[in-house]
This record gives sequence, C-alpha cells and structure tokens, in this order.
Amino acid sequence: MERLLEQIINGLQLGFVYALIALGYTMVYGIIKLINFAHGDVFMIGAFIGYFAYTFWGFSLWGAVLIAMILCAVLGVLIERIAYRPLRYAPRIAALISALGVSLFLEYFCSLKFVFGPNFRVVQPPVKQIHWNLGGIPITNIQIIIVAVVILLLLVLQYLVYRTKIGTAMRAVSFDHDAARLMGINVDFIIAFTFALGSALAAAGGVLYTLAYPQIHPFMGIMPGLKAFTAAVLGGIGIIPGAVLGSLIMGQVETLTAAYLTSQMRDAIAFLILIIVLLVRPSGILGRGGPEKV
Amino acid sequence: MLEVKDLEVFYGSIQALHRISFKINEGEIVTLIGANGAGKSTTLRTISGLVRPRSGKVVFRGTDITQVPAHTIVRMGIAQVPEGRRIFSNLTVLENLLMGAYTRNNKQEVEENLERVFKSFPRLKERIKQLAGTLSGGEQQMLAMGRSLMSRPSLLLLDEPSMGLSPIMVEEIFEIIKNINHEGTTVLLVEQNAFMALQIAHRAYVLETGRIVLEGPAKEVRDNPRVRTAYLGELAFVS
Repeated sequence: MERLLEQIINGLQLGFVYALIALGYTMVYGIIKLINFAHGDVFMIGAFIGYFAYTFWGFSLWGAVLIAMILCAVLGVLIERIAYRPLRYAPRIAALISALGVSLFLEYFCSLKFVFGPNFRVVQPPVKQIHWNLGGIPITNIQIIIVAVVILLLLVLQYLVYRTKIGTAMRAVSFDHDAARLMGINVDFIIAFTFALGSALAAAGGVLYTLAYPQIHPFMGIMPGLKAFTAAVLGGIGIIPGAVLGSLIMGQVETLTAAYLTSQMRDAIAFLILIIVLLVRPSGILGRGGPEKV
Repeated sequence: MLEVKDLEVFYGSIQALHRISFKINEGEIVTLIGANGAGKSTTLRTISGLVRPRSGKVVFRGTDITQVPAHTIVRMGIAQVPEGRRIFSNLTVLENLLMGAYTRNNKQEVEENLERVFKSFPRLKERIKQLAGTLSGGEQQMLAMGRSLMSRPSLLLLDEPSMGLSPIMVEEIFEIIKNINHEGTTVLLVEQNAFMALQIAHRAYVLETGRIVLEGPAKEVRDNPRVRTAYLGELAFVS
C-alpha cells in the first residue's frame, strides 16, 4: 500500500512536469495549428540554463527558474520568427518539417563543445532532498516544491488566458485569425506572445525536472517532449485543461508501469496510448467528439 | 472620406477586381450590390487590409492605407462586419464586445461604448455571459455589428448583414443600420439583397464580375431597367 502511494506521488510529480511542457504544445497548436516539435528542446535548454544559473552564476532556485523562463521565452519568440512565421501561409506540412529541423538543430548545436557539450552532466540541485512521512504518505520536499510551483504557474496561466485582455485576444486569434485582425488585434504579436508563454512554462518544467532527475544532456528533451505531446493529444490538443489532465494521466501510467510491470515497458506503453487515442478518439478526452475537420 | 482608385485584386491567377474605382463621402450610406462572386467581399477585404491589391490605391481621409496592416486600419477608424459574421463562438458575448474595443485603452470610454451598443441592441445585454456560439442567427448578426461599433469607427463596412436571416430580422437589422448612420457613422453596405440595400442607401454601385457597371443615387439605380431585372427580381418582359 505504501509502495502504491509512493508511486502515485512520483507519478504526480512527473505528470505535473509534463503538464508544463504539454501546455506549450497545446497553446501553440490552438493558435496556429502547428505541432512545435522543437518544444521539447526548449525544455532541455531551460534545464541547462537553470543548471548554469544555480551552479555557476550564483542564483537561488527561484532565480534560476525565473532566468530560464525569461531566456527561453526569448528563444521561443526567435524560433517562431525565424522558422515558422515565414511559412505561415505555406502548406502545413512545410512548417512541420521546419519544426523538425529546428528540433534537430537545437539538439546538435547544443551538443557542440563550445555550447553545452555532448556529455551527460550530473546536477547538484540547490535543494537537498528530504524524505518526509506525512501521516503514512511518503513524500519528499522536492515533490512538494514541484507540485506547488506547477500549480502556481497553472493558476497564473488560467488568470492570464481567461481574465486579461491579451488572454482573450489569444482565444480570439485561436478561433479566427482574420476576424481578430478586424478587431485591431496584431495577430503576429499574439502568436509571438503565445510562443513566449509556452516556452517559459517549458523552461520552468526543465529546471524543476533537474531537481527530481538530476542528470542533463542535449538530447534529454526528446522523450519528455514526446510524452508531453502525447499527453496534450490525450487531453485534447488545443484545450488547456486537457493538457493538464492528459499529463497527469501520462505521469501515472508511466510510473505505475515502471513500478509494477517493467521499467523497459514505460516508453512503449506511453506511445501505445498515443496510437490508441489517435485511432479511437483523435479529438482527445476533452475534445468535442469526432475527428477534427480539415 | 474614402476613395478607391483603380483597384486590381488577384487570387492566384484569377482576377477578382478589374480596376474598380469609387468613393464614399462623410455621412453617407453607400451600397455595393451585385451577384455572388462579383467581387463585393473582396472589395471590403481589400479596404480593411486583409487582402492586398496588385495595383491601385485605397485612400482614407487623405492617407494612403493600401499597404497599412489590417490591425492598424481599425485604429484609423474603419471597422468591418465580415461576411458570415465571424463572431468568436468560443468567447462570451461580453468578451466579443470587448475584443471589438481592443484598440481602445480608456476603460471609461469602453464602458460608454458598451452602453451605446446595448442601447442599439438591448437583446445583447441580456446575454452578456452567454457563449456567443449559442446565440440565434439574428442575435449573432447584432453581436457582430455591436462588436465592430465598439471601436467607434467613422466608417463601417457591412458585408451581407441580411444573409441567412428571417425577413422580420432583416427589417430590424436595416433599421439599425439607418440609426447607426443617423448617429454619424458613414456606412459602406455590401448586399445581395439589393431591394433592401437600395431603400436605405444614398448612393449605389453595381458590381459585375469584378467591374463597376453602374453607379448613381440609389433611387436612380433602383429605377434602372437592367437593375430591376437582374437584381430586383422583376421579369424581363414586364419592363
């Protein structure tokens, strides 16, 4: 029983980190109908920036999270400006190929010796792990930090998207670009803002990830990226609460598979879910029924 | 107020507008009538900046706006109610109206505009919390018009406001258009319902396959035999 509880809490921690990545996929898809395959690599760069910030630049954990979010927001805007905006009116497949190109570029560029280098680095997190037992529930301070920070960021995002003018404009643009232009909304700006927001969340996810899994390398974004993408599809791509729901499910599935089946099956099961969702309910759990109109 | 000069628009290799020219004076209701595919919507979309012309000019109050981005044109005082309304179904009625005021940063001014819009469209006020997608067709048209009025435009472009509405609703909408004009907004009205459009307009242009074939005061256009047979549903042998 205690083992199950422990696994569920591990799954929650993983799921909340996935949620931060999945939100970027889903918001970008919602606004320009593009799967930004470079998003997992933004997560990786966020993890590296956080690592540098708290290891070498003397920042606290919070400072590291903040600086990673800011720099990755800028990176996200640059990616959109250079790789996607020129293809805005090209066939969708062109932008998708461009996204794969950006992803590979970031991975191999970061592998260069004068950038991050190709090797694994072991991270010394700025917070020492402490094990607690809260009324029979085994939990660590790091798990509490991760869950608390993610919930805080989700609340901020919720407020931004549903209670502010720019958030309303984001929802308007995601519904109809031309109608939004006729309102005087600068659609290019809103799209850039969405990339900044999604990238900042992924960066926060990257820094938090290094607390729980203290090992980083330039290809570390691929798997979490694909799983967060799966989570976004599972919840219903383009739907913000769906990304969170899908991520929490993915987190549980992954840790429970690793604990009770075999950890080698973990990734296989995750992508089996993707295939099943695409076959059975491509609009996702919270999506409106039926396949998407193209 | 607005002058369109020798406008040519292409979609790929297909020419939608052939050097059309017309103008709108301050305070007028001008209507652009013509059959489906004549280029009416293209004309409006070009004025709003959603479509770029290959050649020709759009001049608004002495400023050449041909290359100005659509979102800036709204700031200059031109608002468009697009064909098919294009309301944001995923937003509430109130959020739709506030998006219409996107270019306005003065909160008090936005509140005042909101009150004005509710005065013209009392039905919207009852439904502010409702998702716009749940409104009836007529209410959606009202919302689309109210939304564009939220930017306090000096020139309102209306694209087929009668489309898909019941005859009673059409009467109501046209009555509102007249009122909007009375209160000082210049209107460019694109309609397939030529009969209604010619009743409220001061002047009219008739568009056929991308060319202006007739223009003049609405009354004269209404009496033109060709217009009567082609657009007002009279049989050729009667006239």
